[in-house]
Amino acid sequence: MIEVLESLVLSLADDELLIGHRHAEWIGLGPILEEDIAFASIAQDETGHAQAYYQLLTDIGLRTPDEYAFRREPSAFRSAHLVELPNFEYDYGLALMRHFLYDAAEQVRLEALRQSCYEPLAGLACRLLREEKYHWMHAQLWIKRLGCSTEEAHSRLQSALNQLLPYAWMLFEELPNEEEIVAAGWMPPSTELHRQWIARITPILEEAHLSLSPPRPDQLLPLQGARRGARSPYFEELYAEMTEVVASDPEAEW
Amino acid sequence: MYGNLTIRPEDIENWGKKVQEEDPEKLAQFEARIARGEKIEPHDWMPFEYRRQLIRLIEQHAHSEIIGALPEGTWITRAPNFRRKLALMAKVQDEVGHAQLLYSAAETLGKSREEMINDLLSGKSKYSNVFNYPAQTWADTAVIAWLVDAGAIINQTTNSKGSYGPYIRALERICWEESFHLKYGYDSVVYLATGTPRQRAMLQDALNRWWRPIMHFFGPPDTQSVHTEKLIKWKVKLATNDEMRQQFLDMYVPKIWELGLTIPDPYLRKNPETGRWEYSDPDWDEFWRVINGDGPCNKERLAVRRFAEEKGRWVREAIRLPSARYVTPLA
Repeated sequence: MIEVLESLVLSLADDELLIGHRHAEWIGLGPILEEDIAFASIAQDETGHAQAYYQLLTDIGLRTPDEYAFRREPSAFRSAHLVELPNFEYDYGLALMRHFLYDAAEQVRLEALRQSCYEPLAGLACRLLREEKYHWMHAQLWIKRLGCSTEEAHSRLQSALNQLLPYAWMLFEELPNEEEIVAAGWMPPSTELHRQWIARITPILEEAHLSLSPPRPDQLLPLQGARRGARSPYFEELYAEMTEVVASDPEAEW
Repeated sequence: MYGNLTIRPEDIENWGKKVQEEDPEKLAQFEARIARGEKIEPHDWMPFEYRRQLIRLIEQHAHSEIIGALPEGTWITRAPNFRRKLALMAKVQDEVGHAQLLYSAAETLGKSREEMINDLLSGKSKYSNVFNYPAQTWADTAVIAWLVDAGAIINQTTNSKGSYGPYIRALERICWEESFHLKYGYDSVVYLATGTPRQRAMLQDALNRWWRPIMHFFGPPDTQSVHTEKLIKWKVKLATNDEMRQQFLDMYVPKIWELGLTIPDPYLRKNPETGRWEYSDPDWDEFWRVINGDGPCNKERLAVRRFAEEKGRWVREAIRLPSARYVTPLA
């Protein structure tokens, strides 16, 4: 059962770690200083959330947060492909849309986890939601603001949504051992969270005049298996960068 | 993080003329206020030259903060553990926040943030030379966070005793945050200095690379600096470059030696008779070459800023659109 818990927590933690990594890439490159600062702040929160999730595993005798994040074999990561996607050419529309889709999912997950029968997870979810609230405010404010502004901004957001939606959809891919997770009362079924997520994003996208059309099965197929260890083509480079310093002197303390 | 205001000869050319054009009575009152230690606020009368030099000073400082975010920023995604990663993110975020504060302070003098950024991108307006050098390894980020931030604190603490209200209020907050950066930098340096042979070598190499830019950080020697009496009288500039450099050496050379590191200057010593540090010429020609655009990273730094400016244009246009629907903040 401990492996089941570990795989659940890793899927939550790895998403946070890598979205934090990607958001941090915006420091110094945002469209206005205030957005550099906002993305830096959100990146710090998400990275801190990852650390707190890994710590739940440390507390039951598994590895430390630093070992999980910086010294784990790449095949043991359980992140969704959405968070592994690079910032490509620093398209703020894509970055903002990913932030919006991801933080909506995080809200839904955390709200559900507050009721988790695994008490340490429930306690942590309550704590993280306090920070998460501000990410969500930031994301929806900007989606509405840009969606209702120029034609260019609107069309950039629409194409970002079209591009990212299949990836975001797969945040809710069924987890390995999901039956056991649900039976233990640790987390509700992924399909239920997915439904809540759609309900959360739809009204805001409507206000921003953005249209959501569910991804086709052929768009989802290549993205399957992330929670079972199938990494995206972008992961290898990200991992090499994230572990570069640690790998340069594996015996060292930093 | 910021070094000292560098005054170029061409900035001084029209100096006397401008001052003579000011109303002598108002000028005398203004100077008396500064002499009494009063602060000048945005709506107060001030000489043209005071305004011009302050804009230049604060603008250079603000640019230094955003450009300064770049060399360290690239190491956030490579930081070796959670503790360092979170601290470095917070530090670099602070630097961008300082730019935001400083651009606002400069705006009170009548130049918009947009104009200032345009002048940065065109090369008209300068930023601290130290950021035209690359951060090659993790140890470089530790040396920057410790010693460059230490230099910045010396400079900024000095400037915070200046005469212009909005600038000194920004500096007080900035210095408070910088003092955490210095603690973070020193802690990172100590781990490297007491770590594995590879870590120690990495640290020594980084210090060797950064020593000269750090010596340059406070600006050219007083003998080479153009005349700054007026700026000192108006409390725009509060200490000479050499005074600040001496203060830095006094505070940090012993700490560097204490960690078993060597400083790449065989002539560096404190003269027991004068009580002043002596050092070899840190190649002031290089300093002027870098300030005039020919440093190792000048082109890259500005290219990154231009790239960000270009990429973000559509966002700025969208939020400026007068017909854009106002979205009520949720907080």
